[in-house]
Amino acid sequence: MSEKVLMKGNEALAEGAIRAGCRFFAGYPITPQNEVPEYMSWRQEEVGGAFVQAESELASINMVFGAAATGTRSMTSSSSPGISLMQEGISYMAGADLPCLIVNMMRGGPGLGNIAGAQGDYMQATRGGGNGDYRVLVFAPYSVEELGNFPKMAFEVSEKYRIPAMILADGILGQMMEGMSYNFEPVDPKTLKKPSWALGVNDGTRKKNNVSSYGLAEGELEHMVLKRAERYALIERDEVRYEERFTEDADVILVAYGISARAGLAAVKMAREKGIKAGLFRPITLWPFPTKRLAELAQKCKAMLCVEMSLGQMIVDVKLAVNGKVPVTLHARPGAFFPVAEDIETAIESTLNGKKEQLFTLSDLAAKATNTCAKPSDTICKEGTLL
Amino acid sequence: MKPITKRPESLVDIPTHYCPGCGHSVVHRLIGETIDELGIRNRAVCVAPVGCAVFADKYFNCDGIQGAHGRGPAIATGIKRANPDTIVFSYQGDGDLASIGMAETVHSAVRGEKITVIFINNTIYGMTGGQMAPTTLVGQVATTAPHGRNPLLQGYPINVSEMLSQIKAVKYIERVSVDSPQNVIKAKKAIKKAFKNQVDGVGFSFVEVLSICPTNWHADPLKALEFLRNDMMKQYPLGVFKDEGKTQEDK
Repeated sequence: MSEKVLMKGNEALAEGAIRAGCRFFAGYPITPQNEVPEYMSWRQEEVGGAFVQAESELASINMVFGAAATGTRSMTSSSSPGISLMQEGISYMAGADLPCLIVNMMRGGPGLGNIAGAQGDYMQATRGGGNGDYRVLVFAPYSVEELGNFPKMAFEVSEKYRIPAMILADGILGQMMEGMSYNFEPVDPKTLKKPSWALGVNDGTRKKNNVSSYGLAEGELEHMVLKRAERYALIERDEVRYEERFTEDADVILVAYGISARAGLAAVKMAREKGIKAGLFRPITLWPFPTKRLAELAQKCKAMLCVEMSLGQMIVDVKLAVNGKVPVTLHARPGAFFPVAEDIETAIESTLNGKKEQLFTLSDLAAKATNTCAKPSDTICKEGTLL
Repeated sequence: MKPITKRPESLVDIPTHYCPGCGHSVVHRLIGETIDELGIRNRAVCVAPVGCAVFADKYFNCDGIQGAHGRGPAIATGIKRANPDTIVFSYQGDGDLASIGMAETVHSAVRGEKITVIFINNTIYGMTGGQMAPTTLVGQVATTAPHGRNPLLQGYPINVSEMLSQIKAVKYIERVSVDSPQNVIKAKKAIKKAFKNQVDGVGFSFVEVLSICPTNWHADPLKALEFLRNDMMKQYPLGVFKDEGKTQEDK
């Protein structure tokens, strides 16, 4: 345990990773996560680890691939466009069953977007993102304290199941300062057991180790993917994490992760003061998603409201979880804009009363929008008609 | 009877998938002998590419890793930095090293990574069926250059060894060939030096090996060797491009 200190999110994260025993870091500059590689550049030297400023995010993730293959707790961090570049290496590491930590301090997208915090990479993170049938663990902190403490948890779960882990945060969390403390003693990596599969110096008594993602013999790849799926099944059963506030008697449950949950919690408290029974459900693991618990809550509440800094990505998982049992609405702030508690509170009331204010749906947008791109052509068949 | 030669311990006793006449097997053997002779099998790590040598991680009897196309030097960087006692070699073809992985090649050299890179140049993409490579000679026919490489459309072949020799942190670069017994002996010497440099902590060491691809050149092995000697060696002259030991700045 450590005393409470004032820290910037990115630095709390970097120091948390060092304390968790991370001894290899490779990264490439990109806003809003630059404090992470900057901190690592001197801190890894201090603890006898390695820091490399790579020539690109592609190189960063492949350096992590190499370092992780030696059984070293290895990590990279980036922000949205950089994480897109890393998908190649993440897919290879998932296919080679390597543990590692990837941090995405999300910013506005698509493309260059902007450098403010956003939540537009939910689908990319939770669906794999790169080529092939795979998943990565996705942890979503919502405070500087969690940013500092999640790396240890992420490394441990990642190593237990031999699967890459991602911390999916955003530029706001990375850039803000608040009081935090570490809830664990620093890990000395020398005390960690070297995995049997790790590459590197050996006494010659073991067989050679191979780390690869390919399986070209007939049926070999299917076998590999199915064996990995067994671990995915165990993760979905045993590694789900979430937090609930005021959900016991709630009529409307707000579902939000990361920084959106901070504004969400404020809105829930405002609603409670008005006598509206609102609650907050905060998924901490986005994959595995807390599907089972949301399904249970759907038996008790009247509606759910998703709050996201995107056009609505997590809402897909929420709808799958409640499976039509209750209506699920959305308050969306895409384009790197922050949701405001007052607006969310209005969205809570709209959700309960069947109104539209502060709720986002594509059908409402369509009613207002005009198609300036092209006139509908007779050759394009309307929905429901036969060609 | 006394055996005068045998399979190096550092090569796994399994058939390779290389085509008849291909130079990869020769280079594999030279690397295997080198690892044996330097006594580094228990700390050697092979980084296999994407391309014809994709299974190299299985062929060498030491630890191995296979990564994405062109990223070998980045992967090798991660292994070496995390475990400086390992002897890491990245084995790459010309498409892998000189095209998709050019950034990783150049920047591992710029950083002066203490790794060994073995670069097989056969002027063509072999595994995918004979497409044009950045090393393809002017006029050489490839499946994506059916009229031969035209400099007006596809530029000129790139001489990687000459280019990398301009980089200050690079310690050793030599271009060799495996077209004749004499040249195989020279190639062995170069490969051994590139590994020994790493054992001694000298720095980035790079050996380019000119090799033949009878299958995708649509030539029998003898014709292929002629092409290597008469055409390739004109574009890619053999020789040492850089050979520095540890300098004062390294100490």
